Amino acid sequence: MDIRLTEIRKHFGVVKANDGISLVVPRGTIQGILGENGAGKSTLMKIISGFQPADSGTISLDGQPVRFRSPADAIRHGVGMLHQDPLDFPPLRVIDNLLIGAPGRIRPRRSEAAAAITELANTFGLTIEPTAEVGSLTVGERQQLELVRLLWLGADVLILDEPTTGISETQRKQLFATLRSLAAGGKTVIFVSHKLDEVQELCTQVAVLRQGRLVGQASRPFDVRQLVGLMFEHEVASEARISCVPGESVLSLTDAGAEHGRIRFEGLDLNLRAGETIGLAGMEGSGQRLLLRACAGLAPTFEGRIALDRSDATGKNYLAFKKMGVAYVPASRLEEGLVPGMSLTDHFLLTDHERGFFVNRREGRRLAQDRISDFNIRGRPEDRIDALSGGNQQRALLALLRPGAKLILLEHPTRGLDLESVIYLWTKLKARCNQGAAIMFASSDLEEILRYSDRILVFFAGRVTGPLDATSTTVDQLGRLIGGAPASPPSDTESHV
Amino acid sequence: MSRPGLSESRPRIAAINAGMQMGALALAFLLTTAILLFAGAPPLAAYREIAAGAVGSFDSFSNVLVAWVPLLLAAAGVLVTFAAGLWNIGVEGQIVMGAVFTTWVLRLLQESGVPPAVAIIVAMLAGMIGGGLWAALAGVLRTFGGVNEIFGGLGLNFVATALTLWLIFGPWKRPGVGSMSGTEPFPEEFGLPTVAGSRLSLWSLGLGIFAVIIIYVLLERTHFGLRLRAVGLNHKAAFLLGVPTWQYGLVAFVFCGGLAGLAGGVQVTGVYHRLIPSISSGYGFLGLMIAMLILYRAVWLAPVALFFAAVNIGSIQLPIVLKLDSTLSGVLQGTLVLLVLLVEGARQRYLKKLRAKVPPAPGTGHSPRPPAAAALPASGAVIIDGSGED
Repeated sequence: MDIRLTEIRKHFGVVKANDGISLVVPRGTIQGILGENGAGKSTLMKIISGFQPADSGTISLDGQPVRFRSPADAIRHGVGMLHQDPLDFPPLRVIDNLLIGAPGRIRPRRSEAAAAITELANTFGLTIEPTAEVGSLTVGERQQLELVRLLWLGADVLILDEPTTGISETQRKQLFATLRSLAAGGKTVIFVSHKLDEVQELCTQVAVLRQGRLVGQASRPFDVRQLVGLMFEHEVASEARISCVPGESVLSLTDAGAEHGRIRFEGLDLNLRAGETIGLAGMEGSGQRLLLRACAGLAPTFEGRIALDRSDATGKNYLAFKKMGVAYVPASRLEEGLVPGMSLTDHFLLTDHERGFFVNRREGRRLAQDRISDFNIRGRPEDRIDALSGGNQQRALLALLRPGAKLILLEHPTRGLDLESVIYLWTKLKARCNQGAAIMFASSDLEEILRYSDRILVFFAGRVTGPLDATSTTVDQLGRLIGGAPASPPSDTESHV
Repeated sequence: MSRPGLSESRPRIAAINAGMQMGALALAFLLTTAILLFAGAPPLAAYREIAAGAVGSFDSFSNVLVAWVPLLLAAAGVLVTFAAGLWNIGVEGQIVMGAVFTTWVLRLLQESGVPPAVAIIVAMLAGMIGGGLWAALAGVLRTFGGVNEIFGGLGLNFVATALTLWLIFGPWKRPGVGSMSGTEPFPEEFGLPTVAGSRLSLWSLGLGIFAVIIIYVLLERTHFGLRLRAVGLNHKAAFLLGVPTWQYGLVAFVFCGGLAGLAGGVQVTGVYHRLIPSISSGYGFLGLMIAMLILYRAVWLAPVALFFAAVNIGSIQLPIVLKLDSTLSGVLQGTLVLLVLLVEGARQRYLKKLRAKVPPAPGTGHSPRPPAAAALPASGAVIIDGSGED
């Protein structure tokens, strides 16, 4: 089935998630979609698969304009999406999972469906046991199940969102083989990824998105350097870098490993000294958050040791880490960082350490007023935190950092802030470094990483590269490492796969 | 200021709030009236009867105050658990356990020669401990056993009721044969002194009012209350900001249970002078309803609880005078709570819409950062590409 997108637009408030994307994917192709976090990939895929309508623009299948009301509607038209996290029901049996999404009869015909599924799976060399419980399957097997389900429901266009995260190498090979044979059989495959090598290996053509726009297309053979250049914008860092002279060790990791769901890292050695800033680069979900949380005592480590200020903190809980001088600033402001329903004053009172039994409202108000002017927050002490704009919430979150923190861990500290605030906040953070704090932060903005870090760790699917020296690293190298390619471009006669 | 549209419309929002809540009250009366008409009863006469039954005489009003005390105690306790984001349905059982513990200690002390005043104080303290322990059990089940406090509380309510019945018909049965009328009444000197000619004890009244003041101060004026509210509003953020969340949850349970247990103690020492099967009289559930009705603002607790007590006592006369069932008070209270909650939901939606209409002021950090972060959300409320990849 040919799929044609014309001028797809989708806005969220002032943010243009998709800004006039036009793309043609003929039948039989494996179309790669590349782009960094927030480039608009997922939004576009959700529009194509019926999860959300576009604000404007049209989708045509084999020349016929279509308008999907729901994912079920999309699959009736032959468009199915395989999500990064399989949308299945772990407590149920495989067969019941398949029947749930199938056009309904009152009495499910299990044996009929089981036979059909088994046959379909065999065609693609997959083995699916209809009576197994979904919860007992591996992620890769659940993915195969989902794929077979979509095919069984008659999908002609298959969309896969980052399908190789957390599956084994064998399963990945099998998946790719299946996708190739599907494409050869006339199906259309759309493969969303940020992994350059996989896109090179599998796709017949690639489209690159950036800031909601289609910025380039390429077909085999691909030029990696060109793709990286398209994905990451090049800005010249005009401003001088702020560096500090590193002091005593604040955090040291010895052979540390942690695991959460499908994300894991292991054997990590790192020594962070007072005054130093280390940036964590990588696509979201590659392990940066896990490392930050492990350093805050929020995620358990399964191996190795963590020492703070040269005293062992391995296995201690978050409150103990906090007492030892660790401050953690999460990315999701209203979910984890702040308390919706409470005022700015309440927040400052909550984190005030000089407290007695009774709340001194007047004192709290003055404290709030001080921090508000200090951090340039647009709001009044009595304003509810959730009524502030996102940028002001982020400033409030940083204003809550307690003065004596020795290790400051930040997740996307300047996300959603205007340039002026970004510079302002980093000035504040760097002042903390001068006072002897160490900073570890994750960001998807490579410029930010390069500008404000002294050293950089790059995460790719839980594999950690570095630390690299920030002064001698370029956006280009960083972009390659994030995409899982070697930092320096190989010679011209490179051969891939 | 940052939100010109919102701050300008502040008086308007206050007007909307007041209007909507009055509307809920009017609707509740309309609905109850409709039910009365459907049942073939004269609504006006019924309301007049309730009013007369509640405040028509000193006797009736003193009964309203007698019912007010356990309501105050239970609702004040429930406010603490609500502040921590917990649904302490088990408050009913905690009242019962308070009554059981009070009775137990009084039975031990009445023969011991201890002065009655001391015996009463110790017994009421025991009641608080009993209620507190029962609540702590629900809290421990929730924290360490993963049992939702609603289910745990509900289960423990049944256990508490069963325990009273067993005590009344078993170990504590009256000489001769156990009966539904309860255990053997305590001698008069082992009860709280009452105002002459009524069942009202100024001591218990004082306790109830004192409890409400304490809870108000605790929730609104102390760091403990502030942190408790933070746990209730967003336990993840509260934890990251340094509040030991589960410990605070347990303390909230114990607080609520202590007050509920005191209510049970008051019922034993001030009202019934013995343990009876339905000693809590549903005051726990009514207290929950009051807490919901006042939307967890402690200032409104006393007047609303008084209204509920009045409706309850006032409707006692209904069966005799109008051949109506006294559960009419329950219908009125239930519809009132439902409609207030409904209107509150509508209000929240309306305000959200109103906020969404207010355009972001320039230069407030709302403007996305050009150009690198243009595709990132400026406000936490928007869902956008990439959020699912984390």
